Amino acid sequence: MEQVPLSHVLVLSTALFFLGVYGFFSRRNLVTMLMSVELMLNSININFVAFNKYLYPHQLEGLFFTLFIITIAAAEVSLAIAIIINLYRKFKTIDIDDTQTMKY
Amino acid sequence: MSASAIIFYILAAIVLTLGALTVFTRRIFRAAVYLLLSLVGVAGIYILMEMDFIAALQIVIYVGGIVVLIIFSIFLTHQAGEKLPEQSRKHIIWAGVLASAGLVSTTWVIYKSAFKAAGIPAIDPSVRNIGRQLLDYTHHGYVFPFEIVSVLLLAALIGSIVIVMNDKN
Amino acid sequence: MSYDFSALLIILLPLFCFILLAVFGKKINPKLSGIIGSVTIALTAILSVYVAYCYFFEIGKQGEAYVRHISYQFQWLKFNENLSIDLGIVLDPISVMMLFVITFVSAMVNIYSLIYMHDEERFRMYYAYLSLFTFSMLGLVVAVNIFQMYIFWELVGVSSFLLIGFYFTKPSAIAAAKKAFIVTRFADLGFLIGILMLSYGAKTLDFFTLIERLTQVGSPYLTSFVSTSFLGLSTLSWALLLVFIGGAGKSAMFPLHIWLPDAMEGPTPVSALIHAATMVVAGVYLVARLFPVFAISAPDALHIIAYIGAFTALFAAIIACTQTDIKRVLAYSTISQIAFMMFALGVAGWGEGKAEGFTASMFHLFTHAFFKALLFLGAGAVIHAVHSNEMDDMGGLRKAMPITHITFLLACLAIAGFPPFAGFFSKEAILYSASQSNTLVYYVGLLTSGITSFYMFRLYFKIFWNKESHHHTHNHEKGQWAMNIPLILLAVGAVFAGFIPFGSYVSADGINLQFPFHLGFSIAPVAFGIIGLAIAAALYKEEKGLPDELATTFGNLYQWAYHKFYIDEVYAFVTKKVLFNLVGRPAAWFDRNVVDGMINGSASITGFVSFEIKGMQSGRLQTYTMFFLGGILLIAAMLVMKFM
Repeated sequence: MEQVPLSHVLVLSTALFFLGVYGFFSRRNLVTMLMSVELMLNSININFVAFNKYLYPHQLEGLFFTLFIITIAAAEVSLAIAIIINLYRKFKTIDIDDTQTMKY
Repeated sequence: MSASAIIFYILAAIVLTLGALTVFTRRIFRAAVYLLLSLVGVAGIYILMEMDFIAALQIVIYVGGIVVLIIFSIFLTHQAGEKLPEQSRKHIIWAGVLASAGLVSTTWVIYKSAFKAAGIPAIDPSVRNIGRQLLDYTHHGYVFPFEIVSVLLLAALIGSIVIVMNDKN
Repeated sequence: MSYDFSALLIILLPLFCFILLAVFGKKINPKLSGIIGSVTIALTAILSVYVAYCYFFEIGKQGEAYVRHISYQFQWLKFNENLSIDLGIVLDPISVMMLFVITFVSAMVNIYSLIYMHDEERFRMYYAYLSLFTFSMLGLVVAVNIFQMYIFWELVGVSSFLLIGFYFTKPSAIAAAKKAFIVTRFADLGFLIGILMLSYGAKTLDFFTLIERLTQVGSPYLTSFVSTSFLGLSTLSWALLLVFIGGAGKSAMFPLHIWLPDAMEGPTPVSALIHAATMVVAGVYLVARLFPVFAISAPDALHIIAYIGAFTALFAAIIACTQTDIKRVLAYSTISQIAFMMFALGVAGWGEGKAEGFTASMFHLFTHAFFKALLFLGAGAVIHAVHSNEMDDMGGLRKAMPITHITFLLACLAIAGFPPFAGFFSKEAILYSASQSNTLVYYVGLLTSGITSFYMFRLYFKIFWNKESHHHTHNHEKGQWAMNIPLILLAVGAVFAGFIPFGSYVSADGINLQFPFHLGFSIAPVAFGIIGLAIAAALYKEEKGLPDELATTFGNLYQWAYHKFYIDEVYAFVTKKVLFNLVGRPAAWFDRNVVDGMINGSASITGFVSFEIKGMQSGRLQTYTMFFLGGILLIAAMLVMKFM
């Protein structure tokens, strides 16, 4: 792994992150938006791990951060699913364009 | 070019392609599956970086828990099967512009900065070392965040039950 | 009691009376308000006699000349070191004379109104306004500071507005009050600009400092003022002319005379007070106050004043010959007589043998107050008896109203200039000083005095002779002491006031002026007067068709004079066609479209922009996050630029 420069790994994580961003912006379905959020979180995890390995190999900080992020992502997804189910019950749809009640 | 480097590039390509497919596909179930495979690829990258524990964690929690949860929600909301409608043209273009702008600027920043690899001997990221540091309450210990995360998980558990609860039940 | 304090009381007592009647008057019995008003003004009249005695016989004279004596002066509004508006009282030959005239005539009018206005519902407010007017006029004549005079000038305008429009339920009265106020206010613009110019040149607002600075030959203030000129007149002349325009408005000089005939809509005692004796002479008083500056440093302004005065006198006299409303005839007569006073000032100069016009003008002001007030009050008595203003409804009243008849006759003789009544002396003095300096003005004055005699006696004969009265011939005047006593007192003044050697007291530089009495000279004016009387008697003493035949022979000239030479129509035309269309409408357009347009435009732009921006609150999560990311990228770019 030493021959792969850090910048390449970072480019990977960046690309994954902005793919997630694009997906979040352009999808209509709430569940697919959730999947894009998962992509973003994963790219961040890769980032932390890469920095840990390349720049601070004597410490484990990045690893712990990744640990916590995974945990929190799990909690967040469960709550998000709960909200989506609730929304589905109310509006009978999970299309985001039908939930514009906060419009002017 | 060592073998690990080649494997890294292949895995990277897989992850990115599957991620792109997740984002672009119009069938929701396929998106979920692509996500699953993409996360498996990310776990592979972790293994390449010698972070086995995290890779295991990734598979167990992300793949085995979160993606499954997502698939459940797809069924619960009766989404499986139909093709998803698309967003308006204007919206997609704006999204694409912003995302590419972000991508370009971040890549530029990455290439501008000079990252120097540290020559310090690495610590072995074994479960033993992780456990020790996780439960250490002296310097650089993570016991406090550990406890908080437990409370957070409890809160999330209760919270999701409360949200989904029917009124007057 | 010191005369200074008396002077202060003279000014303030009417003010207190006004406040008492206007503010607290509801609690007083209305009849009592008339008594309060009359007693107060009578008291001030007595005090003014006292002050006049003290001034003229005890303290006023220092050396050869009468000098001014400042009773009170306090600084009210200070602009900078040199410029301040002071309020004060100055005793000076003309101001003391005016104090007496104003208070005396006002007292007569107050007493007269006790009966004349006794069935008026707003009796209390009438007396309150009379006191207010008296106060303002008194404050005007004792002014030490030109701005103080301007303040009281405006106050006089306001009180006369209130009094002219007293019968405010009549549209013609309201229109007349508005006309008076607007015309005089318009003239006051000239006055204000004149004040500003004068004070700018002399760097002071105080009358006497101003006069001193602008009359000393070689003073630095004067040279800069006189050296610049515009259209042939020096700046100082322009300033003084502008001040004169203000005076011309109040004193009804042509072409600002239009308000005075209409102002006859007010009650007759009011006309006696305001339009005979006091307010209309304010303009003459102003010129007299500033006379040293006029005479020494701006004589061409004086020439213009003389011509305007002479023209107005003749003009008004011609119109008076054709009017049928008693009060209109008297109004035009007032305009004519004031014009006499004005041109008397205009033909005067400064120094030995030339300053007689000043004394003559002030003398005529003094005597005119008596006989004109008498004429108006007498006309009031006649109107009260006959219940109409038109001369055609009157006639043969000499048996029914003896006191009125005799006093009216005395006043007519006085105004026509017959010896030995008061008007003879003052008018002869004016004509004499005119003949010494400007013969054209002299001839115009001579002709006008003849016409004056004609129209006054026309009025007299038509009221008291002419037809046999179809009114009951019982004495209308029984028991009306309050109306008869003022008439008698004023008649005494009209007869005997001419014998006062006015020149010993009032003259331009304070020094005793011997008025020569030229027997030969006075033949011409008296002859003209007799001719006028004879023609009037021939035409009007008995009812004949002769006047109407004459009217048709004169044809156009008669029609023109009857319609007051159409001056009012000219004004209406100019105002409606020129001012409204060329000035008023564009200004209104500008105000509505540009000024309002800017405000409305900024409001509509705000509305438009906010409508467009409102789209950002779309309620859609994804747009919010897009903005979020955009913001983050921007901040990141800024930070990167800074730190890389």
